[in-house]
Amino acid sequence: MLPADEFSAFPASPTFSVGDKALDGYSKKKYVCKLLFIFLLGHDIDFGHMEAVNLLSSNRYTEKQIGYLFISVLVNSNSELIRLINNAIKNDLASRNPTFMGLALHCIANVGSREMAEAFAGEIPKILVAGDTMDSVKQSAALCLLRLYRTSPDLVPMGDWTSRVVHLLNDQHLGVVTAATSLITTLAQKNPEEFKTSVSLAVSRLSRIVTSASTDLQDYTYYFVPAPWLSVKLLRLLQCYPPPDPAVRGRLTECLETILNKAQEPPKSKKVQHSNAKNAVLFEAISLIIHHDSEPNLLVRACNQLGQFLQHRETNLRYLALESMCTLASSEFSHEAVKTHIETVTNALKTERDVSVRQRAVDLLYAMCDRSNAQQIVAEMLSYLETADYSIREEIVLKVAILAEKYAVDYTWYVDTILNLIRIAGDYVSEEVWYRVIQIVINRDDVQGYAAKTVFEALQAPACHENLVKVGGYILGEFGNLIAGDPRSSPLIQFNLLHSKFHLCSVPTRALLLSTYIKFVNLFPEVKTTIQDVLRSDSQLKNADVELQQRAVEYLRLSTVASTDILATVLEEMPPFPERESSILAKLKKKKGPSTVTDLEEAKRERSADINGGPEPAPASASATSTPSPSADLLGLGAAPPAPVGPPPSSGGLLVDVFSDSPSAVAPLAPGSEDNFARFVCKNNGVLFENQLLQIGLKSEFRQNLGRMFIFYGNKTSTQFLSFTPTLICSDDLRANLSLQTKPVDPTVDGGAQVQQVVNIECVSDFTEAPVLNIQFRYGGTFQNVSVKLPITLNKFFQPTEMASQDFFQRWKQLSNPQQEVQNIFKAKHPMDTEITKAKIIGFGSALLEEVDPNPANFVGAGIIHTKTTQIGCLLRLEPNLQAQMYRLTLRTSKETVSQRLCELLSEQF
Amino acid sequence: MYTRIQHPLHLSMQFMLLFSRQGKLRLQKWYVPLSDKEKKKITRELVQTVLARKPKMCSFLEWRDLKIVYKRYASLYFCCAIEDQDNELITLEIIHRYVELLDKYFGSVCELDIIFNFEKAYFILDEFLLGGEVQETSKKNVLKAIEQADLLQESQNEEWGGLSEDIL
Repeated sequence: MLPADEFSAFPASPTFSVGDKALDGYSKKKYVCKLLFIFLLGHDIDFGHMEAVNLLSSNRYTEKQIGYLFISVLVNSNSELIRLINNAIKNDLASRNPTFMGLALHCIANVGSREMAEAFAGEIPKILVAGDTMDSVKQSAALCLLRLYRTSPDLVPMGDWTSRVVHLLNDQHLGVVTAATSLITTLAQKNPEEFKTSVSLAVSRLSRIVTSASTDLQDYTYYFVPAPWLSVKLLRLLQCYPPPDPAVRGRLTECLETILNKAQEPPKSKKVQHSNAKNAVLFEAISLIIHHDSEPNLLVRACNQLGQFLQHRETNLRYLALESMCTLASSEFSHEAVKTHIETVTNALKTERDVSVRQRAVDLLYAMCDRSNAQQIVAEMLSYLETADYSIREEIVLKVAILAEKYAVDYTWYVDTILNLIRIAGDYVSEEVWYRVIQIVINRDDVQGYAAKTVFEALQAPACHENLVKVGGYILGEFGNLIAGDPRSSPLIQFNLLHSKFHLCSVPTRALLLSTYIKFVNLFPEVKTTIQDVLRSDSQLKNADVELQQRAVEYLRLSTVASTDILATVLEEMPPFPERESSILAKLKKKKGPSTVTDLEEAKRERSADINGGPEPAPASASATSTPSPSADLLGLGAAPPAPVGPPPSSGGLLVDVFSDSPSAVAPLAPGSEDNFARFVCKNNGVLFENQLLQIGLKSEFRQNLGRMFIFYGNKTSTQFLSFTPTLICSDDLRANLSLQTKPVDPTVDGGAQVQQVVNIECVSDFTEAPVLNIQFRYGGTFQNVSVKLPITLNKFFQPTEMASQDFFQRWKQLSNPQQEVQNIFKAKHPMDTEITKAKIIGFGSALLEEVDPNPANFVGAGIIHTKTTQIGCLLRLEPNLQAQMYRLTLRTSKETVSQRLCELLSEQF
Repeated sequence: MYTRIQHPLHLSMQFMLLFSRQGKLRLQKWYVPLSDKEKKKITRELVQTVLARKPKMCSFLEWRDLKIVYKRYASLYFCCAIEDQDNELITLEIIHRYVELLDKYFGSVCELDIIFNFEKAYFILDEFLLGGEVQETSKKNVLKAIEQADLLQESQNEEWGGLSEDIL
């Protein structure tokens, strides 16, 4: 049993408190900062978030700044706090104080959640293009908008502002241009038409930068390179578009030539920063040249430049040159130029000391391979494989297998290559590779005899890889007859050779060999008895492995009872395999990610249409199924939509079907639910429900029209609850006025364990009903179904308002319209204690105003109900009559339904 | 096999990590939403991978579907993850410019400056890079922004005696 007071030990207390005293701003800041420090040391921080949020509203810059820092470091974009944070941000954005606006924009850009996009995606474009916005704010606004657009492109409205954003490319302030270019690039990817004008602006901006002297741009010159970051971004933006119109194109070509020329000039500084910045621009320019793929002259120049880098003393440059050349190899204009560097690249395989560089060299060899150099490249790769790092062996094996198949003129070369692969790196030869060689041998009868002879010879090595036994077993089983005429490879010798490996092999290989044996029975009647003896031996017929035993029994039986004709039919040679995409290619794609390989393959296919039919083009759908869909996973933590709130549409009525035990029906409210509900009107924490099995505890907090409720489900038994499903049920009316969001909880609750569920609450408009929490689960064999009213009541969105007596009465009079006042006279249900009454009025959420009512025995309160749509001022007066043990409660608000509901709620409390 | 971190739209930088030669994380900045668990896993793997590399090796490596660009400055490793299509060299210079900014602000910065003034390191980074993109490359402009904030801090709050004192 969990005693009720254990509730205080529930986790995730979201507030600090020292005793009951709230902390001042300075201390809050100090502690929040300490928490941050602790977090940065690598510890988990799961409290203090609320305090950080409070700091956001501070007027002190440092407090605000630390609050924002905490939020951007520690708050994930799916945090429940976002809506509270948004309020603070909204205020800062409206403050017109550029420092505060900057902080707020940084926070949005750092967190960038969908809720933030909802709140600010409309506002930020206005800030961005407003004439009086400071440059630094514009920069932040541009990148902030970019982040929101990435999170939720649907929420960023395109409009007039887009054309003004494009013109930021002409801005005087290079920092603004830098930030804006990133934004425009991303927007242009999705809306190329709308941002088409950016091309000519980007070209002229770029042209001004590359032709400027190294001092022209002052602080935007970096180690004698003018605005390298901006140049890279502009070149990147141009890669969103095809080559521009002739007029602009001429100017762009000049720019690109200037960049290529500068690469040949002697360096202006010996610092590596100078060469890095310069080459960063150069590599981006080459990317653009490759992207356009239309200027043979530029492509060849780019290739020559990269060729120089291949032998540069900087490892970084060699790496990048190899990488960049891979894409150049796919262009018809530069493919031949790339091929001239084959010696340098194969040399890199042998001499580079860094595996990541060698990996790039392998990639480039793969990319530059065509029929003319396939034999050389495959040979180089095979010889590298002997010493290659374990981490890249499998990939090399796949590449060799693909190239050997694709560019094989002579299939005996192909067979030799694959057998070499198995010999050198058998452990890294995946199933796909050896399946494929068998498919090819079966489909091509010109190579079958050679294959049989070669595997037979290879199997004679004293230690051969199990993969070779598999390939050998399969091929000899099919085509062993083609070499049986040679006395050196007579049927019996073939069989004995295979059987000598049998005992060293794993179960699947042995199973394959048994099939080979039965095929031998068909191919070579003269070894039938030998094989039957083997099958009959105890080690086969009584093998502990079911599969092997079954094969032995069945094959033995088949060989005894079947006639030669039947045997020949059953054990016929395998029919050719249907041509399909190479399974190896699919595997390589899977390994490398679909985009990289596919691009290369497509380019290769275009270039070499005459070659081997090659792997068939993978239709988009096929490649999508063979590789994990990019949108499917995102680490499983992307934007999982919040669990739908509310019942399935059919069960609109709550209390239907009392007798049903079926899981879909909602239980009637638990006994005592109403009483418990009333107890929560004036407090936020406590036990909402408890029976023999389950305890439900609540902790909640509210701020203005928003709130968060933690629901704790405690399993009081020692047995697991299964299919544990809490559901929040709101009527349609309620759902329109009160928005609840939550995520599903783990369906299993261990004995003695507690699970927590967080409900985010937003009051859209005033409401009367309360949501129902329905919990269904299985305990032992029985189905449990509990419903309780969830105490989210209108008064939770009260903000107390202090006011003087005079103000109070003035407002009281203003609300004298009969619909605005609701009065209730009722009998006291509890002892009429003044202090308790005061506490209840404060707990109800309104301010308790002293010395307002001329009669000191009366209680007067005031507050504002916050909803998303409006704020409603509320005044209340409670007049106790001790003698009669009665109260008279009067509520005056600007809205009749609010007066009504508050009066009902509060009347229940005394 | 790893799950892929994929983005429908091009994104310059995915995250930046600063860690010491002993593998202690000194600063982390994430430009993609990831769970704490995933962040820890990535950090652990990357720190191991990078620390295992020898000094003369190249500054770039492929990791999952990303490219890692890193550089060591004294006892600290600066490590950025960028997307496949991104420019490695310019990222290397992003790191360098950030180091220059720290250096200028702290006056020959060392690891301890970043430990005890981590908030400044973050503020400077936010002025320089926002949402994974370069916001302002001018050293003057970035430092001006930070100095203005420092002035605000002093004028508003005399009793605030410096963060490091409080933390220690």
